[in-house]
Amino acid sequence: MERRTLFNSRLLPAVLVAPQLAITFIFFLLPAGGAFYQSTQSTDAFGLNTVFVGLRNFASLVTSPQYHEALVRTAVFCVIVTNLSMAGGLVFASFANRSIHGRFLYRILLIWPYAIAPALTSVIFVFLFQPQIGLITNLLAGFGINFNYATNSNQALALVVLIAAWKQVSYNFIFYLAALQSVPRSIIEAATLDGARSFHRFRTMIWPMLMPTTLFLVVTNLVYSAFDTFDVIYALTGGGPGTATDVLVVKVYRDGVINLDLGGSAAQSVLLMAGIVGLIIMQFRITTRRST
Amino acid sequence: MNKKPDYLAHAVLLLGMLLFIFPIWVTFAGATQSAGAINRGDISLLPNLSHLGIFVRAFSFGSGLTGSAPVWHMLLVSFGMAMTIAVGKIVISALSAFAIAFFRFPFRMAAFWLIFITLMLPIVVRIIPTYSVMSDLHLINTFPGLTLPLIASATATLLFRQIYLAVPDELVEAAKLDGAGPMRFFWDVLLPVSRANVAALFVIEFVYGWNQYLWPLLITTKGNMDTVVFGIVQMITGDQLIPWNLVMATTILALLPPVIVVVAMQRWFVAGLTEVDK
Amino acid sequence: MKRRTLIASVPASMVVAASARAAAPTSITLWHAMGGALGQTLQASVDKFNASQGNYRVNATYKGTYSDLLTASIAAWRGGKAPSIAQVFDVGTADMMSAGRAVVDVYKLSKMTGLAIDPATYIPAVRGYYSLNDGKMAAAPFNSSTALMWLNEDAFEKAGLDPKVPLSTWNDVIKAARAIKAKNAAEIPVMTSWPTWIHFEQFAAIHNVEYATLNDGFGGANPTLKLNTAPFVKQLDTLLSMQKEELFSYEGRDGKPSPIFYAGKAAITFDSSSIFGQLKKSAQFKFASAYLPYHESIIKSPINSIIGGAAFWAMTAPGRGDDEYEGVASFFKFISQPENDASWAEHTGYVPVTLAGNELIRKQGFYAQNPGSDLAVMQLTRTTPTPLSRGIRLGGMPEIRTIVEEEWERAIQNGTTASQALANAQQRGQVVIDRFAQAVKA
Repeated sequence: MERRTLFNSRLLPAVLVAPQLAITFIFFLLPAGGAFYQSTQSTDAFGLNTVFVGLRNFASLVTSPQYHEALVRTAVFCVIVTNLSMAGGLVFASFANRSIHGRFLYRILLIWPYAIAPALTSVIFVFLFQPQIGLITNLLAGFGINFNYATNSNQALALVVLIAAWKQVSYNFIFYLAALQSVPRSIIEAATLDGARSFHRFRTMIWPMLMPTTLFLVVTNLVYSAFDTFDVIYALTGGGPGTATDVLVVKVYRDGVINLDLGGSAAQSVLLMAGIVGLIIMQFRITTRRST
Repeated sequence: MNKKPDYLAHAVLLLGMLLFIFPIWVTFAGATQSAGAINRGDISLLPNLSHLGIFVRAFSFGSGLTGSAPVWHMLLVSFGMAMTIAVGKIVISALSAFAIAFFRFPFRMAAFWLIFITLMLPIVVRIIPTYSVMSDLHLINTFPGLTLPLIASATATLLFRQIYLAVPDELVEAAKLDGAGPMRFFWDVLLPVSRANVAALFVIEFVYGWNQYLWPLLITTKGNMDTVVFGIVQMITGDQLIPWNLVMATTILALLPPVIVVVAMQRWFVAGLTEVDK
Repeated sequence: MKRRTLIASVPASMVVAASARAAAPTSITLWHAMGGALGQTLQASVDKFNASQGNYRVNATYKGTYSDLLTASIAAWRGGKAPSIAQVFDVGTADMMSAGRAVVDVYKLSKMTGLAIDPATYIPAVRGYYSLNDGKMAAAPFNSSTALMWLNEDAFEKAGLDPKVPLSTWNDVIKAARAIKAKNAAEIPVMTSWPTWIHFEQFAAIHNVEYATLNDGFGGANPTLKLNTAPFVKQLDTLLSMQKEELFSYEGRDGKPSPIFYAGKAAITFDSSSIFGQLKKSAQFKFASAYLPYHESIIKSPINSIIGGAAFWAMTAPGRGDDEYEGVASFFKFISQPENDASWAEHTGYVPVTLAGNELIRKQGFYAQNPGSDLAVMQLTRTTPTPLSRGIRLGGMPEIRTIVEEEWERAIQNGTTASQALANAQQRGQVVIDRFAQAVKA
């Protein structure tokens, strides 16, 4: 789409886009190029000796069992988080869309968690689940359940999944609520009549109308769980215990910043870029289909 | 319509509400208890109201490490960072969208795509090289280093472009007839029509800026550039005895500003978010 | 100041610096990782140095954890802005030694400035750790500690055990742990901090066991790890069986588990000797330290343990003048003076790094007033270091430490055997060493 009426100037628009382009170039394109270059080099931490190694960094990733495990772990993590948080968002949205007393209050109380920092979400859950002081840990101990995310990998993975999903519910709630509000009232009323068949009616009448929103949310939630959960995981477990919560974005940080394996970390960056490009293309396919 | 109350809906929504409030309540109640009790694993759900002073004391609490700033300073850095990012993003996105929508200039589409590409380059995928760029520019441990790289925004630019494209041609022609220059038009016409979107963007980007963790982790190597989110995570990692009550109080203080912004501006925020992100 | 180093050519900046000397002292930047009370004690030493002379002024800055500090120093060096002095932790030693022109080894610094820093001043276990294979010193030792076994004497008494009866071997430890568990005298009978450092690195030293070929890595950049050998399997197997019997509880990596012992929840822990200060300040129970236990089947009489902690490294930067290096050398000399070394150790719980400092502490009666506080030094000096008890020097050592911990954690989870876990650790650790060797050679 283009405008017909325009202003005439060559200098002004250049000045107007310059700040954004400068930041994009310096902080995005330059480093991305750097990642590509670095991924073909083997270098020590100080950069004293740099040797071109071609695709060897990629080859060692592809053959590394740790990388495979992290890849599978990330996929599982993303799928569970996406499902949990979308289901939560949809359930709360469909009830908050009914005409009940106090629905505006309920809405605010379900929207505000959007404002919590992912890293702080983990901190808050530490207060509940910390092996020594956690409120829920001590409660579970009363039932003879020993909960320790610092040493038990399954519990650690379950906890980061829970936190990542908890954090994202309000986002999905907002989108589903908006989508439901555009569904004609009469259909909603018909579908929410009490009775055993209400779920069936929801599935056959409303769910199809929510499909575009659902597709869109699937992609954004996958992007969220694959790329934006670094804070949640790193603040809670740092990737451990063992490698139980070492997802791709944590691994790229650990290998690059802590283990100073610059070449290997850059190669991981390049692969991650490919992943996100794929997801975003998918997202645009979906949104363009939705808006037409 | 006057039927019996929808008990199921109330039950589900109350449960949802509790799911989100409960952890925060524990944090709040915990903050008012003695560090010793918490260390023994005795967090009570009832706050000790005579200890509310902890929230004042937390302001002057450092993370217990020399060279690290007190909490009030961390809060200031976070606030400065969130404001700079929110305002910065809105300004540079509105300006570049204006240029792209209302002018023809060489490499216009190239500029558009360059901005668009930033979507595909989150920090985690360019972490090491970004660090080198920052260090070459001497931006490590500086306020511009903390904020500048986060100011570019493809989503905001796309949103503004969409809004600007929908402005009727008649309005532009009328402005031109009145002898209004492009910048005058931008101020008097475009900004007012996009006011609600600006408000929504402000909320989203303020929250985004306030909540950053990975970037400060990378770019500040301790001291006076610590943000409060980063500072709190530092407080709970390490091998010192943790003053849990102070950490919990600080957490509450750190949660408040973005929550207040979201709740106070809820109306614009909800409408805007569904626009911006799609 | 920033301007000047950027614009001025090297000789010009030296002229400026030289002429400035009369007016203002030369500024020396020092980056350290000493948080809390330790940071205050370090600052006090720095203040004392600054007050003791007028030529140099050390500006100490806290830079976060050791690992943050190493990353920051390396990045700063690449950007031409490295600090004059960086405090680098024990496991970063190999990285620093292969850093070529980024660092100035202490022996070179001595030659350059004419300020002799004599290796013979230092306790052999300390000297050996920071020396090149030919015995020349590379870094200036500073905060050094070693690993000890720590006891909660209250828990021992509750279990009907006499805490004064030494637990010399692992069998003794197991017996005591069973008694503690039977009487429910503590939530956790035995735990540990720093799992790899204590149960593999220190373990290897006191049992005189090879950790890696080439004298544990002192002899070259590409040694072969020897983790999958009988002694290590025995050690991990002991710990895994104790875990199954609920005598031992693995509580996490690095120093993170330490607060559990501080809170009195465990009867026995393994931790750094430097937790003494923290325990003295906060423990609500009687505590004591003891030598690390050993396996009689591996060695009849255990030898010296190795140090941990950190050392000061002199770093280079474009345009850094001779006067700055002189300042660095005199600061290194200053902290190794017996009275300064002794005061640092007494205030912090680290061990003195010089022989004279140790003597001074004894003379001042500190060891007599604080029973057990000399145990760390005694364990470090009980024998002359052998080629396998000087230290372990591997490239990428922080990563190798984590790998061992990961495999240990997985063994607890999945019930894999000790030898399988160590075979994995061996294989993964070797990849790290090979990568390091490839990157540094050229």
